[in-house]
Amino acid sequence: MKRESTYGIMAEFTSAQALVDAAKLTHQAGYQKIDAYSPFPIEGLAEEIGFHYNEVPLVVLIGGIIGGLTGYLMQYWMSAVDYPLNIGGKPYHSWPAFIVITFEMTILFAGISAVFGMLALNGLPMPYHPVFNVPRFSSASKDRFFLIVFSSDPKFNPASTRQFLEGLAPRSISEVPS
Amino acid sequence: MDEQYKMTVNAQETPVIEPGYTFGTVTEKISAIVLTRPASNGWFVGFGVAFLMTMMMLYAIGFLFLKGIGIWGVTIPIGWGFAIVNFVWWIGIGHAGTLISAILLLLRQSWRNSINRFAEAMTLFAVACAGIFPAIHVGRPWLAYWLFPYPNTMRVWPQFRSPLMWDVFAVSTYATISAMFWFIGLIPDMATLRDRATHPAARIIYGALSMGWRGSARHWHRYETAYLLLAGLATPLVLSVHTVVSFDFAVGIVPGWHTTIFPPYFVAGAIYSGFAMVLMLAIPIRKIYGLEDFITELHLQNAAKVMLATGLIVAYGYGIEAFMGWYSGDRYDAFTLWNRLHGPYAIPYWSLLICNIFIPQVLWMRKLRTSPVALFLISGVILVGMWLERFIIVVVSLHRDFLTSSWGMYYPTRWDWMTYIGTIGMFLAAIFLFVRLLPMISIFEMRTLLPEAEVKE
Repeated sequence: MKRESTYGIMAEFTSAQALVDAAKLTHQAGYQKIDAYSPFPIEGLAEEIGFHYNEVPLVVLIGGIIGGLTGYLMQYWMSAVDYPLNIGGKPYHSWPAFIVITFEMTILFAGISAVFGMLALNGLPMPYHPVFNVPRFSSASKDRFFLIVFSSDPKFNPASTRQFLEGLAPRSISEVPS
Repeated sequence: MDEQYKMTVNAQETPVIEPGYTFGTVTEKISAIVLTRPASNGWFVGFGVAFLMTMMMLYAIGFLFLKGIGIWGVTIPIGWGFAIVNFVWWIGIGHAGTLISAILLLLRQSWRNSINRFAEAMTLFAVACAGIFPAIHVGRPWLAYWLFPYPNTMRVWPQFRSPLMWDVFAVSTYATISAMFWFIGLIPDMATLRDRATHPAARIIYGALSMGWRGSARHWHRYETAYLLLAGLATPLVLSVHTVVSFDFAVGIVPGWHTTIFPPYFVAGAIYSGFAMVLMLAIPIRKIYGLEDFITELHLQNAAKVMLATGLIVAYGYGIEAFMGWYSGDRYDAFTLWNRLHGPYAIPYWSLLICNIFIPQVLWMRKLRTSPVALFLISGVILVGMWLERFIIVVVSLHRDFLTSSWGMYYPTRWDWMTYIGTIGMFLAAIFLFVRLLPMISIFEMRTLLPEAEVKE
């Protein structure tokens, strides 16, 4: 990654509606590498910045399948292959009795995949990030909404991008040092 | 659908959240409890008492490890005494937290947003209390890890055809998923506390727990997907956990245990007692911390309605048990019913009917559903009743089974009581710490309930 002197230019908004509108206009203006920050999830905001689909469901599906297979095969191998033990005359491979643990293992693996998959795809934990250098950004976890155009965007130009963002009527504009 | 729900909520006199709040004031109000409000003397007294009770539990368990389970009242034929009664009681209490956080999320009941956080905390602490009992009940607790399938020099594996093994997997999965669900719900609020804390140590600790959350739209997108999927996974899980607990009994042939009604009736009972515990915690907490604007009459009413409904399912379960005792024509089943009504444990059984069926019927009255004091008292009655239910199921079924020559009686000892009351102390101590150290109401989910969070396309 080549080092830029600025990480991007950030505009602050005071309402969720203003952020969604600004994100839509910025994306329509041809900016690709942008991001929006809000203190709560806003429906449709990710789509406005061009992020339509995420891989979390796929990760969870794979995790669940692995969990189910692990649960069943573990019980089969332990009860029928490695340590066959006659319990009340039941077959060694007594599959109905194995369903409960197969189910629980499916849930366990799928749940772990959901949590760690989400964190990994989000690149978390990441204690440091350039956006934290903007002092006003601390309100992003309270009541303020931010839009950033990254300097890696092909259309990015310190002067014209700032001018464009100013046209969106933000409350403030800050340059994010990298 | 959300829109429609909000409209119907607004039509009532009690909203989900009182009007006049903004993103800023909601954040201030909830985070101030953790960050700026000094701990009161009442908190120290309450925590101190709970801590002493925890120490009493540790003393009782320490003595148990020294002497063995002979110090308890368990004897053959009653091999399952207080330990299993308390295990089922605690794990049942935990179920309401998952119901509120997962099932009500899937049903888009936005009123859950102000009670899900501490209900999930309640789940975790209740499961922690529950987990103690089977572990110390195994006789040689230092070998409790034998329950898990791990490669060992004895070259044996656990017996997977036993419901007790299923229970190990169900409860440990439940504990893991509940902890993760709770934790990822906390991440955005940890970021809020990180940005608002002034003490450097608090900034570092909350900062580390927030994992560097910055509220990016991409992150929220994945976050919401993961949260929804976890809710979808936790929903069948929570239903399975008490089902599996009921299998511990229902798969056995003991009269009073061997019935097919057990799984649904156990799950309903779990939610019944769990909502009672939610109310017993929510009512004092909202009063002490001035959160009546967030946990409104609507929440109390809804919880009361859930208790009323699940209480009726439980009553139906008792009815079917009694009916089947007569209808099956099985003399042992019929005797179990007679023995419950007229045997040596008749007083607990009648008390159970009064606590679980008769007294909660007053919840049909709107006046009592909206009265915090009345709800607090009724919830206490229900918790006692549900504990008695498990006592009846475990002890009364075991003490007189098929052969009169193997009948017996169970008398809990002081060690049984000390362990049980001690876990209540441990639970309360954890709750006391929780309300001081973590935001007890989900801040970011409360923000989504405000009118200013609405966005038009």
